[in-house]
Amino acid sequence: MQKRESAIKAAVQKHGKERKNLLPILQEVKQIKNYLSRSDVAEIGVEMGLALAHVYGVASFYHFIDLEERGQNIIWVCKTISCSMKGSNDIVMTLKERLKIKLGETTSDGKFSLLETNCIGWCHKGPAMLINDEPYTDLTPEKVIQIIDDYYTNN
Amino acid sequence: MAKKKVKRVDLIFKGCDCNKVLTDALKMPKEEIIQMLLDSELKGRGGAGFPTGLKWKMAAAEKGNRKYIICNADEGEPGTFKDREILDQIPLKVLGGMALAAYVTGAREGFIYLRHEYRFLIPKLEKTLETFHQWMEDFELDFTVKLFIGGGAYICGEETALIESMEGKRGEPRNKPPYPTHDGYLGKPTVVNNVETLVYSMMVMHIGSGEFKTMGVKGSSGSKLFSISGDTPKAGIHELELGMSLDDFVKEFGDGNTKSVQVGGASGFCVPRNRFKEVHVGYEDGLKGYSIPTGGSMMLFNSSRSMYNVLHNYLVFFEEESCGQCTPCRVGCQQLLKGVEAVKYGEKSHKYLDDLLHLAATMKLTAKCGLGQSVANSFSSIVENFREEMIY
Repeated sequence: MQKRESAIKAAVQKHGKERKNLLPILQEVKQIKNYLSRSDVAEIGVEMGLALAHVYGVASFYHFIDLEERGQNIIWVCKTISCSMKGSNDIVMTLKERLKIKLGETTSDGKFSLLETNCIGWCHKGPAMLINDEPYTDLTPEKVIQIIDDYYTNN
Repeated sequence: MAKKKVKRVDLIFKGCDCNKVLTDALKMPKEEIIQMLLDSELKGRGGAGFPTGLKWKMAAAEKGNRKYIICNADEGEPGTFKDREILDQIPLKVLGGMALAAYVTGAREGFIYLRHEYRFLIPKLEKTLETFHQWMEDFELDFTVKLFIGGGAYICGEETALIESMEGKRGEPRNKPPYPTHDGYLGKPTVVNNVETLVYSMMVMHIGSGEFKTMGVKGSSGSKLFSISGDTPKAGIHELELGMSLDDFVKEFGDGNTKSVQVGGASGFCVPRNRFKEVHVGYEDGLKGYSIPTGGSMMLFNSSRSMYNVLHNYLVFFEEESCGQCTPCRVGCQQLLKGVEAVKYGEKSHKYLDDLLHLAATMKLTAKCGLGQSVANSFSSIVENFREEMIY
């Protein structure tokens, strides 16, 4: 907790207290645990001198600022039409089976969360997904299992 | 008006000495650069098609010494991926375009608003910024560019929502006017240009406005990057002259069984096979028949696809991405989605589709920004042309 508070202080100090720095600060604090807790949001508000309602309003607006606890790695599978036409549903089904979780859930070892997202800009190489910041394209069920296995081996 | 067949162009990704283009351009009077852009008739390549020279001219005419140049790299329209490729392959051309805009308008600060989904480009872009800032020193142009990373919101591609987001607020579009060129980021005159537009501004300086205008047709001059996906053997990014007919486009890119083409992404129009001949891709003026401007998203669907599923996918997208600020869009998107589901599952009569078309038309009139207004484009064009697929 102590560590977390000092991280928030450091982020606010680094970027500055003006409201225009709110999004970069939210992103930086989110990076620590892959999500923002309610108390993080409140703390950021106090540090920046902004109303909690404002900070929460902004944090909850953006898809990639998670307010729910997530795993160490977040998988975002693109569900928009071009990827969907190329079989993104099979990718989601394979991931559900391999990780033994449903969409929106986190594996029991805390390693992965599985989510869907809108167009990630790889329509010509669908189905596509992001794991954290890294894009993976031209996916097949076999390929995603390999990707997940590699994560377990290498990280 | 002579109709253009599909004509491939190799301009935007072709190697060119950016440093030299800038060296020459920055020696020219500012007015001359603006005039060149006006003469080229270059229009915004993000989709809205505002004349680039005019935008710069307006920002240049504003008083005050704090102005901003923002590169809109919040590419989120379904079916669009050309900005990612540009930023990956030729980031210096983008920054060069920003430097031109800065020189012309007197801005000293710039931002690349990069969508969260493209974070993997950050290391490369930061490296390019180092080179670019060195150039700026050499040119003695006081201009620095920073990256600003989006939070994941389609609506932030709308320029005023983008600015709100950069000011630490929810990405909710503003009323226009005032336009960003007068009252933009932090209340200062701001030029917001699409990634591709900035590159083309450099290309106009490179090849000249006359040469640029030899491509395309009147009112839709030059070339454009098209992001082509769906049922096509040639998925990918293709640079083509503007003004081609959809029929020619499908002959080149279709799989022989194309049923419809969605021009301009989820917010664009669905054109069925029987209208391919009369529809052209370009800005509204200058083309005979029906023309559709586009940010470059072209999605092809063949006969194996259900247009109900296509529309449903778009509506889920809009329902999630509506910022929720104005009622027509927030509630309208929800009701259109519920409505098509109800008709499909027999909970409502097929006549209910007419009520939904009416609702879409109302959204077009009353929604605050382009998102809410453009839902009707895909909704009406799909429902009207593929009504039976919505029902059975």
